[in-house]
Amino acid sequence: MRNVVIVGGGPAGIRAASVLVGAGLKPILVNETRQAGGQGYRAPAKSLALDIKSLMGSEAGKYQRLHSLFASLQEQIDYRPGTLVWGVHDKVLHTSCDGVAGTIPYDALILATGATDRTMPLPGWTLPGVFTLGGAQVILKDQGCLIGSRIVFLGSSPLLFLAALQYHKSGASIAAVVDTTPLSAKRAALRDLAASPRTLARGVMYRAALHMAGIAVIDGATPRGIDGKTHVEGVRITDGRGRERRISCNAVAYGYGLKPETQLAELAGARFQFDPDFRLWLPEMDADGRAGDNLYLAGDGSRIGGADAAEASGALAAHALLADMGLPHPASELEPLRREVERLRRFQRGLAKAFAWPVAQAAALPDETIACRCEAVTVGEIRAALHAPLGPREVNRVKAITRCGMGRCQGRFCGPALQEIVAEACGTPIADAGRLRMQAPVKPIPLHAAAEMEP
Amino acid sequence: MPNEPKQKVHQGQFVRAVSRQGATLRLTIDGEMVEAVEGDSLLAVLLLNGRAVRHLEFGGAPRAGFCLMGACQDCWIALGDGERVRACTTPAAHGMVIWTDLQKAQAHA
Ligand SMILES: Cc1cc2nc3c(=O)[nH]c(=O)nc-3n(C[C@H](O)[C@H](O)[C@H](O)COP(=O)(O)OP(=O)(O)OC[C@H]3O[C@@H](n4cnc5c(N)ncnc54)[C@H](O)[C@@H]3O)c2cc1C
Ligand code: FES
Repeated sequence: MRNVVIVGGGPAGIRAASVLVGAGLKPILVNETRQAGGQGYRAPAKSLALDIKSLMGSEAGKYQRLHSLFASLQEQIDYRPGTLVWGVHDKVLHTSCDGVAGTIPYDALILATGATDRTMPLPGWTLPGVFTLGGAQVILKDQGCLIGSRIVFLGSSPLLFLAALQYHKSGASIAAVVDTTPLSAKRAALRDLAASPRTLARGVMYRAALHMAGIAVIDGATPRGIDGKTHVEGVRITDGRGRERRISCNAVAYGYGLKPETQLAELAGARFQFDPDFRLWLPEMDADGRAGDNLYLAGDGSRIGGADAAEASGALAAHALLADMGLPHPASELEPLRREVERLRRFQRGLAKAFAWPVAQAAALPDETIACRCEAVTVGEIRAALHAPLGPREVNRVKAITRCGMGRCQGRFCGPALQEIVAEACGTPIADAGRLRMQAPVKPIPLHAAAEMEP
Repeated sequence: MPNEPKQKVHQGQFVRAVSRQGATLRLTIDGEMVEAVEGDSLLAVLLLNGRAVRHLEFGGAPRAGFCLMGACQDCWIALGDGERVRACTTPAAHGMVIWTDLQKAQAHA
């Protein structure tokens, strides 16, 4: 019997599982969260009186379908909820479930680990009350809570308008939606965005709905900082016309889109390549998700593509795995799936250009700004290290010297900004600044669990 | 000593937008008793009742979590038995003792 393991219980992992089950396999599905569904289709706890239909809007049908698909699979897979995979070594996954360590050997592995928010340091961004944009959505679905009573949505992301709308529907008072992308950048990206007219239309609709609700949307703004002593009191920006403004609020939902959770892929042997559109290092893979020996990647964990692309790429990865194992698989189904994934990822490429990652903001950050939230390393400390005689010109050396990226989050939240700061200070192209290397554990675990790692 | 339970609603960071059905739990935060509902995460309990979940090892600045989904590790707190957990992914339980300040936690250990 061959051990086929899927990590991640979102749309990508669930669809991969359903294809494998269809071929007569019984995959192990490991999922860190207790509820299946992943981030976008996160299921609220039963005890919450949440109107998921209203919250999911046009996506309510897909949400329902995914959750019933998962329910129908439960008997035929080995589902392990609440289980974190924190390391991969010699075709063995290292896990932690309620603090108890375990291992899962595998013959073939599908990683469908999803994404986290992509963020940029900003003066004041460590103040209580500043949360990621994705986090603001998660806490609403997961706990039925709003991140504050008067909220600014700040950054650049297709989720910015969606999240603001979901908050509005849930009774939040929204002080403003501050979009850092100029409208001109969005117009310029229209050609790629037309690859998915339905999603494009949804985006336009969200914006219209915000206008109808009387919520101020500020375009082309530059954030200057978040004010407050012990918690958020306001956001300072320069608006698109160059006016300084201060918006009072007690919470900020902040984000610049999503970035793949690639840590396990790296530990499992995937190779990485710099992607100039996303300005990120992404795992190399073929059109079906093959990324190494018996290693397959799917969903947002490999390339941001959204929930539909996640499902289709999950199916592709599973088909690729079946083909490589010499098991029958329906070759005729693959071409349409590939076209679908290709189209949706092209759309996301358009989004990446339209909702710009604020490269100039990184260069302009005041020295006292904290870059690394975990270790409280400032932008100034990083620049000083770079400017020292024979200073480093590569992110891993900077990490060793300053501890930026060495903390508990493993560089998830400072990594992309660190690349920009290094490239700017050294005057080198961003790709030459290098990529933060990953180490196990990918998330902190109790010490006794780490002892498992030793043979 | 734990006082009477109190819900410092106006001082909380979070706002409960959706009601939750479930057993009432009693926990203490920095020695003060608060009420929660079964199913609440520790982070939700802390931020419905206050503004910080911990104080930074470097300089003591207050922090309140960031990603809310188990990725940033900004929300680690100390429990009464000395165990440290991530508040956003840990469910609240009756009788839990939570410290937002590691030094206070150690002083009471
Ligand atoms: C915070 C957030 C909020 C979002 N909100 C929306 C929204 O409201 N609407 C929308 O259309 N899209 C939203 N998206 C985007 C949408 O969620 C994704 O496009 C889609 O869910 C991708 O599916 P996936 O299967 O690739 O990954 P996900 O759905 O993210 O699923 C990944 C799963 O893998 C698990 N996992 C990750 N790492 C490990 C590990 N090491 N060990 C074990 N398990 C692990 C996670 O717990 C998760 O369950 C959001 C994304 C994020 C990150
Ligand atoms: S808030 Fe990020 S890990 Fe808990």
